[in-house]
Amino acid sequence: MENVTKDIGNALLSKFTDALIQQELILDFPTFTVKKESILAVLAFLYDFELYQFKFMTSLCGVHYPDNPIEKEFCVVYQLHDMVKNQRIRLKVFTSEKHIEVPSVTSLFSTANWLERETYDFFGIKFTGHPNLTKILNMEDQPYFPLRKQYQLEDETREDKDDSKFGR
Amino acid sequence: MSEKDIIERNINITKAPEGIEGAGFFATSLDQVVGLARKNSIWPLPFATSCCGIEFMATMASHYDLARFGSERLSFSPRQADLLMVMGTISKKLAPVVKQVYLQMAEPRWVLAMGACASSGGIFDTYSVLQGIDRIIPVDVYVPGCPPRPEQVIDGILRVQELVGKESLRRRNSPEYTELLASYGIE
Repeated sequence: MENVTKDIGNALLSKFTDALIQQELILDFPTFTVKKESILAVLAFLYDFELYQFKFMTSLCGVHYPDNPIEKEFCVVYQLHDMVKNQRIRLKVFTSEKHIEVPSVTSLFSTANWLERETYDFFGIKFTGHPNLTKILNMEDQPYFPLRKQYQLEDETREDKDDSKFGR
Repeated sequence: MSEKDIIERNINITKAPEGIEGAGFFATSLDQVVGLARKNSIWPLPFATSCCGIEFMATMASHYDLARFGSERLSFSPRQADLLMVMGTISKKLAPVVKQVYLQMAEPRWVLAMGACASSGGIFDTYSVLQGIDRIIPVDVYVPGCPPRPEQVIDGILRVQELVGKESLRRRNSPEYTELLASYGIE
């Protein structure tokens, strides 16, 4: 797996001079952190890459790291699959809470349409260029993005539960 | 005791309401007659969303057989139902649907919340789940359990029958009832 990471990392470095921020092997999963401005170009490059064809997007999701340094509080994770060689990779982009915008990849992967809507629904990450960025799972008038860490998981309207009995 | 007597003893007939009885006549109040008729022919509308719905299916099937209590006819149209049975977790996104089903029912209507989720949100104390259907519609009977056994459902139905049988014909026109509905934002 090290050589897979190296191959893709070198190809990305030679094609995009400053897009690749970090490359690492997490367990058996090659992971690349790229600049958010170039995510669409990187995905398009990997789509028609000569060594691997990452033509299938397995998943796309958001992560909130409230303790991360400023400008890197939110992360969007893309997982790609090369069906021919059965190779999977993961790409990450980080964005700040203040300018919480990431380019949409719906022009490349149709599946990203709903996945980006879900990520927006739960984390409030705005995908620029998305054709219909509206809530998809939560109720339409949900006033906040529930998977952000500053909100408690429990329903905030309840008064009848004694916190001490629930380990809180 | 003859065989005929034993058979006749085992036939359950609903007791007649209180009244004045004489040769060839029986006088009682309209309330009680209507209550008697209503309580033994409740048409339930099942609103089943999860495991409580499975227990309800067992309740309706031959082993527990809710038909014994006059409720064998499920109404899948809210307009012809007397009793809304909400069974299972109701997410906040589903809440307007439950409310609309309730609004479509004709008066008089009763509501039974079956199981911990419908009664209080249950274990799903989370941002996406309604913490009990009594936050959106008035509930008459709560059946506890996760899920409740069919016996408990039958007990719940019998309690609804008790309410139905004793309800005054004027209750639905009373200012208290209007106030109750208004507290849920129902005109």
